[in-house]
Amino acid sequence: MSQRRINWDWLGIVPFLLFAVAFIFVPGLNIFVNSFRGPNDEFTLENIAGLFAQNIFDSFSVTVRISLASALLGGVLGLLVAYALVIGGAPRIVRTLFMTFSGVASNFAGVPLAFAFISTLGRLGLATYLLKLIGIDIYANGFNLYGFWGLVLTYTYFQMPLAILVFAPPLEGLKKQWREAAESLGANSWQYWRFIGLPILLPAMLSVFILLFGNAFGAYATAYALTGGQINLVPLVIARQISGDVLNNQGFGSALALGMIVMMAITITLYSMLQNRTAKWLK
Amino acid sequence: MKRMSITSWLWIVIGALYFLLPLIATADFSLRAEKDKLGFLAYQRVFADPKFISTFTFSLYISLITIVASIILVVPTAYWVRLRVPAFRRVFEFITLLPLIIPAVVLVFGLSRIYGKYPFQFMIETPALFVVGNVVFSLPYMYRSVDVGLRAIDVHTLTEAAQSLGASLPYTLFRVIFPNITVALLSGAFLTFAIVMGEFTMASLLVQPAFGPYMQLISSSKVYEPSAVAIISFLLTWMCTGAIQLLGRRAPGQTQIAGSR
Repeated sequence: MSQRRINWDWLGIVPFLLFAVAFIFVPGLNIFVNSFRGPNDEFTLENIAGLFAQNIFDSFSVTVRISLASALLGGVLGLLVAYALVIGGAPRIVRTLFMTFSGVASNFAGVPLAFAFISTLGRLGLATYLLKLIGIDIYANGFNLYGFWGLVLTYTYFQMPLAILVFAPPLEGLKKQWREAAESLGANSWQYWRFIGLPILLPAMLSVFILLFGNAFGAYATAYALTGGQINLVPLVIARQISGDVLNNQGFGSALALGMIVMMAITITLYSMLQNRTAKWLK
Repeated sequence: MKRMSITSWLWIVIGALYFLLPLIATADFSLRAEKDKLGFLAYQRVFADPKFISTFTFSLYISLITIVASIILVVPTAYWVRLRVPAFRRVFEFITLLPLIIPAVVLVFGLSRIYGKYPFQFMIETPALFVVGNVVFSLPYMYRSVDVGLRAIDVHTLTEAAQSLGASLPYTLFRVIFPNITVALLSGAFLTFAIVMGEFTMASLLVQPAFGPYMQLISSSKVYEPSAVAIISFLLTWMCTGAIQLLGRRAPGQTQIAGSR
């Protein structure tokens, strides 16, 4: 009798688990272990300490700053456009077009996106040319597509549409009655936003910001194609460790990868915490 | 319907410019391969390039294998979790979301450390590891599509009905469940297709003859062709997204983030 009590149902999930263990968890564990392993298999903190060496610290710093800037720019632009679409009363056709296009543009990244921005803001780009016509020479003013702001503007191309897509539902969730109630109590527009609209949207805004940050932080293809590896973003530095030049040091490469995983883990934890808060208002 | 304010229009115009200007610039540039004349010369050259055809076909094959592997991995598990082991659901969800937070560079690094040497080196010498990496990154999209599909049908009743008529479990899965979630499977498949076709990070680090690295490669030797390829790639993304939106009644906000960034 007792044999019948054994539940064999879990066997059905074994293939999936095996795949996940073999190709997600074991590599992750390998990175973790190797981060603390020296050239002779001894335990060491040297690799981790190496993350704080000036040039690597700078890499993390510039990656974080680019991610922050593009998350902020993409997030604010996305919010304003989503606001204009949802609350500003854009015609239905404009709204549908924007939403559809955002779905495409948020997936348009990597090498082709880099080419698109070279054609636009490169030295011979269309926007560069148009701006010159009205008397603004961006290159004479120190702009460089292959530098910090160039990357930020390029990333914004997939950040802004993502922000539009994520902002639309919470903006739709702002009930008209709330505004009417506030107005009937004598609130003006500023007071409505200050005391009702913004507090409700704030968790959504923060979570979009975090999402966009993570989105930019892991970006490799766009940055590589645009700068040809000139800028020292963390993903590019890790990639060089894989490509296996003479200098490559597996333990240090692992520590770099671990550093990225930790950053992403923090990001996603914050995101899911905020997500739970936002969800409450959207019911 | 109230009238739109000027500021609203302003932001819409700015948004539209940001979206369209790079595309117009790229399209314009791609048509200028012949001096003083607009034409499709760059496109003709791209389509005539044997490397374009071979890398495109290679990525096409890889994406088909990835889609099949991903479906085989995700659908039976998602079905089984719903039917028999709901306790596992959260773990399953967590695992399928992990690839969203693991940068491709990091995964390739971890994978190549293990599967790049004895006794697994065959994986890095063949496209096997590349496929595995693509399957990993397809998991979030495939899982979420399939989950939406399964939620819409009554898995328990369908299974009981099939089994009371004498169907075996595999038969139920393939002849009852699969046909009922075709739309979900297709939308997962199109997303996976779009990801794999544009995949650059893993393909270049694992030195695969794929379409992504090809796009990068021609930029060093050609002037107008890269723009033409960018437009082709954009149209491909459009077609996939369009197909998904036609297929699915997916609400806005559930739209997925994909692509090799």
